[in-house]
Amino acid sequence: MESFSNKRKVLEAKPLSFGERIYLPAILKGLSITLKHFFRKSVTVRYPEQKREFSENFRGMHSLKRDEEGRERCTACGLCALSCPAEAITMISAERKPGEEKLYREEKYAAVYEINMLRCIFCGLCEEACPKEAIYLDGDIVPADYLRKDFIYGKDKLVEAPLNQ
Amino acid sequence: MGTTDILVKFALIVVIFLISLLIAMYSTYAERKIAAFMQDRVGPNRAGPFGILQPLADGAKMFMKEEIIPANSNKFLFIVGPSLAIMTACIGSAVIPWGQTLVIGGHPIDLQVTDINVGVLYIFGVVSLGVYGIMIGGWASNNKYSLLGAIRAASQNISYEIAMGLSIIALLMTTGTLSLGKIAADQHGFWSHGWFTWNVFKQPLGFLIFIVCAFAETNRAPFDLPECETELVGGYHTEYSSMKLGFYLFAEYINMFVSSAVMATLYFGGYNFPGMHYLADAGVAQNWITIIGVIALFAKIFFFIFFFMWVRWTLPRFRYDQLMDLGWKSLIPLAIANIVITGVVMNYFIK
Ligand code: SF4
Ligand code: SF4
Repeated sequence: MESFSNKRKVLEAKPLSFGERIYLPAILKGLSITLKHFFRKSVTVRYPEQKREFSENFRGMHSLKRDEEGRERCTACGLCALSCPAEAITMISAERKPGEEKLYREEKYAAVYEINMLRCIFCGLCEEACPKEAIYLDGDIVPADYLRKDFIYGKDKLVEAPLNQ
Repeated sequence: MGTTDILVKFALIVVIFLISLLIAMYSTYAERKIAAFMQDRVGPNRAGPFGILQPLADGAKMFMKEEIIPANSNKFLFIVGPSLAIMTACIGSAVIPWGQTLVIGGHPIDLQVTDINVGVLYIFGVVSLGVYGIMIGGWASNNKYSLLGAIRAASQNISYEIAMGLSIIALLMTTGTLSLGKIAADQHGFWSHGWFTWNVFKQPLGFLIFIVCAFAETNRAPFDLPECETELVGGYHTEYSSMKLGFYLFAEYINMFVSSAVMATLYFGGYNFPGMHYLADAGVAQNWITIIGVIALFAKIFFFIFFFMWVRWTLPRFRYDQLMDLGWKSLIPLAIANIVITGVVMNYFIK
């Protein structure tokens, strides 16, 4: 039967020649190939010491942004948590007290903001949902750790460093 | 034999034992590194510079793992298995001539633990004992995969021992002695009387058969059927854990070291190296020549160990029937033909 593509490979089952049957030439050929690879440069990127360049739209660890005056942008509206398909985000909101205007941009802010990095699938939907441009996945790869509880990142790890530093 | 002699022998035994253990330890590291290089990877590089401490870390891990003895196993034999494997692996090195005689303070020291006049037979005996460790371990664990692995190992070793023995017979016809010390001494230098002195040039076919059989005897790829992970879970050591497993793996590497040493001694001139005469004529002290000889022997051994690994990461495993086919239908007839050819050549051409 002719196939649609008209591509066909005819397989011939020729009896093996003597050289093929004693198998040694083939072994020598194989050995020379592996020896060639032995001296080839390895393709490994030695990860923690060396890093591959990230692509432009790489999504890594989240960071909670600050505005031009160094105030936290997040207003704890919860849209990111709502949009998160992995339900990785939880937060507790609080009201800004007088005198804290330097710290928080809006009247309501996130007193606690936690992302469970084991649940997060780095889809970036939180980033898209945020009306305040407060969260971006512009960080590094989330590092490995030993305990599950250490993968719940709080504000101490997520919020950007203050401007004056 | 005076007390000094005994002490010297004892020290030599300890040194050889330690060297075999050290080499076996670093063979595991070399194996992983060579595998990595051949696959364009880096290999272990975390423990120490270039991962040089990896064997120590592996050893510590092995010792700290939980010791499991299956409930329905034969407990005594279950422990005897790995002990036997490692013991037979270690005693093989006793008859290898590691070098010529060192003279220290007017006192000659033979760098061979014992030069028994049936050294080759001794090696054979020890090698065939090696299969007991595997067989007993596999049987005692009361697990079908272990048993299958053990049976495979036994039949494979027995089949290849025949071809190995026959290839050795041809060698013995040319050397005329069974003593490894004498065989090594006869291959002095590199070239004399218009031909190479090393036995590999007198017995190329015999060497080829021998090395194939050595691969099979040490259960190395492409003949690693007793422990093929893809078919038998883990082969004869499926049920083993902790250092008992470690002993099995270790025994394999020691076996590799010993059989490399045997190959180097029987076929590649042992401690002899090209240009020995010139060094002796130039007035270099005999002790230095001996030391260079030891280094040469170890270089040959390391090359063979490398070769073992090189082949392992090149060739796929044989199917079981192919293995038996190769052993019984190719190697044994070839080995017999080799004996005949050797006899004819010795009788009619070399006189
Ligand atoms: S990246 Fe996706 S999964 Fe991760 S926190 Fe944001 S919305 Fe949730
Ligand atoms: S990060 Fe954005 S979306 Fe999430 S609570 Fe804060 S302001 Fe709302």
